[in-house]
Order: sequence, then structure tokens, then C-alpha cells
Amino acid sequence: MKRFLALLALLGLSLASVAADTEFALVIRDHRFEPAEIRVPANQKIKLVVHNQDATPEEFESHELNREKVIAPGAKATIFVGPLKPGRYPFFGEFHDKTARGVLIAE
Amino acid sequence: MLGSAIIVFRETLEAALIIGIIAVATRNLRNRNSWLSAGILAGIIGSLLVALFTGRIAELAEGVGQELFNAGVLGLAAAMLAWHNIWMARHGMKLARDAKQLGQDVRTGSREMSALALVVGLAILREGSETALFLYGLLSGGEETLSTVLGGGAIGLLLGCLAGYGLYAGVLRIPARHFFAATSGLILLLAAAMASQAARFLVQADVLPSLASPLWNSTWLIDNNSLMGRLLHTLAGYEAMPSGIQVVFYVATLALILAGMRMVRSQPPTVLPT
Repeated sequence: MKRFLALLALLGLSLASVAADTEFALVIRDHRFEPAEIRVPANQKIKLVVHNQDATPEEFESHELNREKVIAPGAKATIFVGPLKPGRYPFFGEFHDKTARGVLIAE
Repeated sequence: MLGSAIIVFRETLEAALIIGIIAVATRNLRNRNSWLSAGILAGIIGSLLVALFTGRIAELAEGVGQELFNAGVLGLAAAMLAWHNIWMARHGMKLARDAKQLGQDVRTGSREMSALALVVGLAILREGSETALFLYGLLSGGEETLSTVLGGGAIGLLLGCLAGYGLYAGVLRIPARHFFAATSGLILLLAAAMASQAARFLVQADVLPSLASPLWNSTWLIDNNSLMGRLLHTLAGYEAMPSGIQVVFYVATLALILAGMRMVRSQPPTVLPT
């Protein structure tokens, strides 16, 4: 029970911290990410908001960031990443991986 | 055409491997095939519905509905697998000893099968909805025609199913006395893999802290994007760059299921009237 309460407290804590995260916007248009290169602060959690402006679904995926998320046409998706060590983290759109490529640079 | 074949193959492979393991583990249960078929059918219908409502699901819970949904699906499947393993620890030995009793206990058998059919359905739900969205995207994007998309999809589906069947046939060849240990080992890893993936979605939704991201990087050894990496990812939850909390969930799931199996085994077995 104690452990459960601790988990709940942890949950509350992490939900409460949402508001404090820095937000970064990405747009998917014509099966490309804009901007294709995005700079974010290292060592802190960030909130990526990806807006898919295409008429087709896309899947935001990154092995380096350990993230994957399907984004419906016209939808905005929220993806939390980090805290990241400084470095380059490539990401791509799995449904159009020839054109939809980008990199997140943590510094 | 190649694009649709590759994506459909990848998604099918994951679901087919899970179905292969479950088909092996339940080979002696009565009505196994009808339960598995029901699970597969329900999974396909469910995945079309999920694909249809992807936008709606994603908007729930302030944009992280998809993560919570995926984590829920994975958590439920892991719980069903855990229950199966603990159930088999109690009954499996007896089933293996006396082949005549196989399927005799119809009620427990079908309860067992319904839990595993649910896992099959959930596995297809996850992979199938992605596949449906992808194929729909290809079609409405006008990059490919209906026939190349369907042709590529069919090739991918066929290859994925063949791989799943290959695993099934391979595990079936394991000698009977090692069989129980082999299948419960596979299911154990599968459950831990699902728990770890559920944790990853909860980190992505910012419900759980990542603890360390990544805890290690073994991409140089086995890349998650390689075929080997994908196989190990599906079967045993391999991650080249796992977050700390994923490892915690993985190890905790292993420990809990093993403890549960040991506990029911040390109890005196229920004696069936002969």
C-alpha cells in the first residue's frame, strides 16, 4: 500500500511538472518536417508538439529518442522527450521515411 | 509497392510471432483453433476501429491519449500472459504427465484460452491499426495505386505469417520434457517485453519519469532497426537505448511472474477425482 501511495505521489508530481516544460513546435507538410533541424536545451525535459498538416497520417519515430507516435491528418500530437544529453537525435516519419527526416539537437 | 510490403511485413511479423508463441503454448487445449481465430478476427475488427478513431484517441487526455491507450493495451496483455504462466505452473506439469487428461478440464481450459485469445486480439489491435493507417496514407497520398498497395501489403502479410509459422514449427520440435520450460520461458519474456513497452509509452506521455534516458546504448551491438533487433524487441523486449524505468518494469515483471509460478508450485496440487 505504501508503495502504491508513493507511486501515486510520483504520478502527481510528474503530472504537475507538465506545465513547466519548454515547448517546441514541429510541422509536417508535404511529408517533410519543418524545421528539419530543431535545437533544444540539453538536460531538461521538453515537450514536442508535432502538427501534421498533411492529408495523410504519419508516424513520428526515433530510435535515438526511443519514441514513436502515430499522428492523424490535421492533428497535433504531444510528445515528451528528455532530459537529453547533448548530442544529435535523428527522427523520421515512418510512413514517408524517404522525405520525412529531421534531427533534434540537444545543447 | 516495396514500401507497403516492408511496413506490412514488419507489423505482421510482430503480431505473428506473438500468435506463434501462444499457438505453441496452447497446443493441447481444447477448441484452441476456434479461440485463436476469434482472437485474430476481433483483433482485425478492433484495429480498423482504432485506425478510424486515431485522431480522436490521440486528442484525449491533453494529447497523450494514444500513449495511455497503448500502455493500457500492453499492460492488459502482459497481465493475461502472467496469469497464463502461473496457471500453467499449477496445471501444466499434470497435463504433460498424463496425455489422456488433456483438455479434460474443459472449464479451466476455455477460461485459459479466452485470456490468451485476448492477448492475440490485443497484439493485432496494436500492429493492425498502424498498418491500416499506413496503407490508407499511401492510397490517399496518391503515390501508389490500389493494386500496388494491396500487392505489396499481401506480400508483406504473407512473409510475416510465414515467419510466425516458422517460429511455431521450430518451437514445436522441442522435445516434450523441455517443452513446458521453453514455452513458459518465451511467454515470460513476452510479458516482460510488453510491460517495458507500456512503461515507454507512459514516459512519452510524461506520466512516469524516465529515470535515465537512455540507461545504456547497445546500438553498436544490435541495432533496433535491424531484423535481429526487431525480432529480439518483439520476443524479449530488447531495446538498444532503454530508459531506466523500462528496465525497472522489465525486471519487476519477470520477478513477479517467477515468484507467482514458484508460489503455486509449492502448494499441494489439486487432486482431480480419477
